[in-house]
Amino acid sequence: MTEKVGVYICHCGSNIAGVVDVEEVAKWAGENLEGVAVSREYKFMCSSLGQELIEDDIKNEGLTRVVVAACSPHLHERTFRRACANAGLNPYLCHMASIREQVSWVVEDNEVATEKAKAMIAGAVNRVQLHEELEPSLVPVNPNTLVVGGGIAGIQASLELADAGYPVYLVEREPSIGGHMAQFDKTFPTLDCAACILTPKMSDVGAHPNINLLSYSEVEEVSGYVGNFSVRIKKKAKYVDEELCTGCGICIEKCPKKVIDDVFEAGMGYRKSIYRPFPQAVPNIPVIDTVSCTYFETGKCKACEIFCPTEAIDFEQQDSYLDIDVGNIILATGYDLFDCKTIPQYGYGRLANVFTSLEFERMCNASGPTEGKIVLRDGVTEPESVAIIHCVGSRDENYNRYCSAICCMSSLKFGHLVVEKTDAEVFSCYIDMRTNQKGYEEFYERLLEEGMNFVRGKVAEVTDAFRLPGEEGKLIVQVEDTLLGIQRRIPVDMVILMAALEPRADAREVGLQFGIACSMEGWFTERHPKLDPVATMTDGIFIAGAAQGPKDIPAVVAQGAAAAARVQGMITKGTVEIEPVVATITEEMCSGCRICNTLCPFNAIEYLEDKEVSYINTALCKGCGTCVAACPAQAISGAHYSNEQIFAEIEGLLYDVISGNGAKAPQVEQEPVPA
Amino acid sequence: MTKKGKLANYWAASCGGCEIAVLGINEKILDVANAFDIVLWPVAVDAKIHSIEKMEDKSIDLCLFNGAIRTSEQEYMARLLRAKSKVMVAFGSCAHEGCIPGLANVTNREEIFQTAYHDTPSTDNPEGIRPQTETEVDEGMLYLPVFYDTVKTLGQTIEVDYYLPGCPPEPERIWDSIFAKLEGKLPAPGSVIGAETTVCDDCPRTREEKKITEFKRTWEIIPDPETCLLEQGLVCCGIATRAGCGALCPTVGSPCIGCYGPNEGVEDFGARMMTALASVIDSEDPEEIDRIIHEGIPDPVGTFYRFSLAASQLRRSTLAADGDGEAAASA
Repeated sequence: MTEKVGVYICHCGSNIAGVVDVEEVAKWAGENLEGVAVSREYKFMCSSLGQELIEDDIKNEGLTRVVVAACSPHLHERTFRRACANAGLNPYLCHMASIREQVSWVVEDNEVATEKAKAMIAGAVNRVQLHEELEPSLVPVNPNTLVVGGGIAGIQASLELADAGYPVYLVEREPSIGGHMAQFDKTFPTLDCAACILTPKMSDVGAHPNINLLSYSEVEEVSGYVGNFSVRIKKKAKYVDEELCTGCGICIEKCPKKVIDDVFEAGMGYRKSIYRPFPQAVPNIPVIDTVSCTYFETGKCKACEIFCPTEAIDFEQQDSYLDIDVGNIILATGYDLFDCKTIPQYGYGRLANVFTSLEFERMCNASGPTEGKIVLRDGVTEPESVAIIHCVGSRDENYNRYCSAICCMSSLKFGHLVVEKTDAEVFSCYIDMRTNQKGYEEFYERLLEEGMNFVRGKVAEVTDAFRLPGEEGKLIVQVEDTLLGIQRRIPVDMVILMAALEPRADAREVGLQFGIACSMEGWFTERHPKLDPVATMTDGIFIAGAAQGPKDIPAVVAQGAAAAARVQGMITKGTVEIEPVVATITEEMCSGCRICNTLCPFNAIEYLEDKEVSYINTALCKGCGTCVAACPAQAISGAHYSNEQIFAEIEGLLYDVISGNGAKAPQVEQEPVPA
Repeated sequence: MTKKGKLANYWAASCGGCEIAVLGINEKILDVANAFDIVLWPVAVDAKIHSIEKMEDKSIDLCLFNGAIRTSEQEYMARLLRAKSKVMVAFGSCAHEGCIPGLANVTNREEIFQTAYHDTPSTDNPEGIRPQTETEVDEGMLYLPVFYDTVKTLGQTIEVDYYLPGCPPEPERIWDSIFAKLEGKLPAPGSVIGAETTVCDDCPRTREEKKITEFKRTWEIIPDPETCLLEQGLVCCGIATRAGCGALCPTVGSPCIGCYGPNEGVEDFGARMMTALASVIDSEDPEEIDRIIHEGIPDPVGTFYRFSLAASQLRRSTLAADGDGEAAASA
């Protein structure tokens, strides 16, 4: 070895030095490890003085490799790489040994910790000498952005970007943008009308010259990498010519076929076979639902076509495809509601007057199926008592362990609406009240004053089996009131189930399509839960809103704007650096067995049919090493993680075991056997 | 050709197939006979070891040594032939990687003797006699080789110039290695004769992206003749096995069992196979994955290390070569 290695051991205040004898380790490394030219310890290596120590040694001592034994490389690898670069050393010739997270914080015995720190440093010193100079590459960033999902998160992100002057493609699966928020009546805690604050933004989107709104469309294919994605979008046939349609709505009026609207009205109301989900839909162009349309069923009718004043109806229309190039993608695909039928003891679907939270939202909405009147399933009777059951499918180890975050506040909102619109008594059966944002606790207090009854306990059952006086004809909520320490049977007319927020049913497939990961539950995983909440591990793919986890409207809007800001930063900079720690396939060694093809979490591997070999797009590769490990022919090598580097590190880690016996089994001299 | 060279073939722990396989080069054997005096070839030529011992060092031009090293006698012969030969070729899988004899490394001498001389149903050994290295009889001392605890490859025993993989090696490759010597175009020391890619490269079957839901034994299905055997659930080791055989087995519907050993640069054949297969099992459920593996691969060592156990990273380094396992274990 001809490398001159500098070893720098950080005290991290007392974080490391309180457990590891850093002076001893520094002295030992300088005296015992091959290749070490300088070995120092310092109170805070990450401070500017600590960094200067490294820079000076590189310049004055001619160091060719640097090992910093400090915290996890997650925290300061960048810092020390930069220090090396400042002194003219390729940053990838620097390596960190994590003697805080992996030693001083986890090893209790000081002597053992000191020995372990030595082993970690020996491994790092061995490995760093085999490091190669790596150079990041620069690629341009396309200024177009794809936003997937037209709920409030996607709307916010699109408007931020479009207002800043950048082109946006907004793809929405349903015929209109608006998402869940468009279904709501009021928003907590201010009781603003949801439509009043949402629809202006929706029409801004529809009219914005920088936004290409692709409603009733889905992303079919994604390829490429940060700054340079190619996306194929499927525009589902609307059977209405968007150019000709004026949105007058005569077709809807004349359509003779009425079906239950399971999506927007949550099964509470009806729509026609040609429809738009709600009056303020953007775009306001209707679509034909071919499953229920009489013409598609029987070949007869065409009422819409006959009455359309602009001849916009086109029964022959086919799905079409649009190929676009974008630099960044924001996924704001929202959430699904927990299916309340999953919990049979709550009676939803069996007991008529058990409603889901979304059904109740629609009921409260002035343009909803009951025009805002709170009534039982018969459509006329006003309830005299209402029970709201919290945490239906949330905070329950049988369904979802997590808290759905918005239900406590929605329940309070519902309670307020019941009190405001009816004379009914309201009971809220909760586990814990969670009202921890601005103005929320005050809203809770307001409801306490308005006379809402709060019962702390998880509901066991909702039943119509009466046995006590006053229960006949009622729904009985069986609940343990844990504050009073008694079992209660609360007879009510109406029960509202606060359904959990769940990841979209297809979230994992979408994640795979865009090359991002999902949590165990299925929420999209952010790059860092605290410090990088809207970026993902795939550069150029950002997430916003409830697709990342349950959250309320203010948080969703903040994330939409944050994601847009991140994208703007990328566009403004114009180029992006591609990390050089990537995997490559040696074509001659690849037999095209295709083991690796499905493994890449970033879709970086493609199979070249003509050459019958697999190929890694290095711009997409994150250097995770999955394919490197899986390749049975060892045709894939991972830069910065070569076998030689890893084995050298292992040998270093085992220095005390290896030195002495030479790692090889002793050759036993054998007596020659007479032939 | 002015002066004939000298050729030695030898077998150690092997089945003998490699010795015969040399004849697979057919009429080219006459060229070999023209070019070389064959000084040792137990299966075909009568020769005495003491005449080899008397030869000058490096007087044999080419030695094709097949078989692994399991006894002291085999080790002696390996060292002797190394000393006498200019070029030493580890010929075939046993010499190259330990092969089937190397599978004995999952056990040791004591257990092998216990089975062979006591436990098998056909053994009739009421006095419990076991082979001894030295036995005194009236005429003097009789010697038997020491049976080692651990089977070693030829390369782990002596310095090998190059390796010829296969069980047995294909005739074309055998000719390549002899021809290389004749032409004076020897490969780099320590190299393996074969391609730097794997059997899939030569396999005519069509390959798609892989997702395995069940592993099947060969007797369970009649494989489709067109598609990749692995995709049909058969554990075909072609993905990890060095090309050179011409993909003979998978071509006729029998999965590759890996006799040509790992590809260039691979440290451990079995580990490569296991990480590759583990990667393409199509399930997220740990219990189902467990079931797929346990039901489909009842003998992981025999499946993934059939040929390479002695050469693998699973080889034991603490058990002494002379078979004194006890002393080493306490060391």
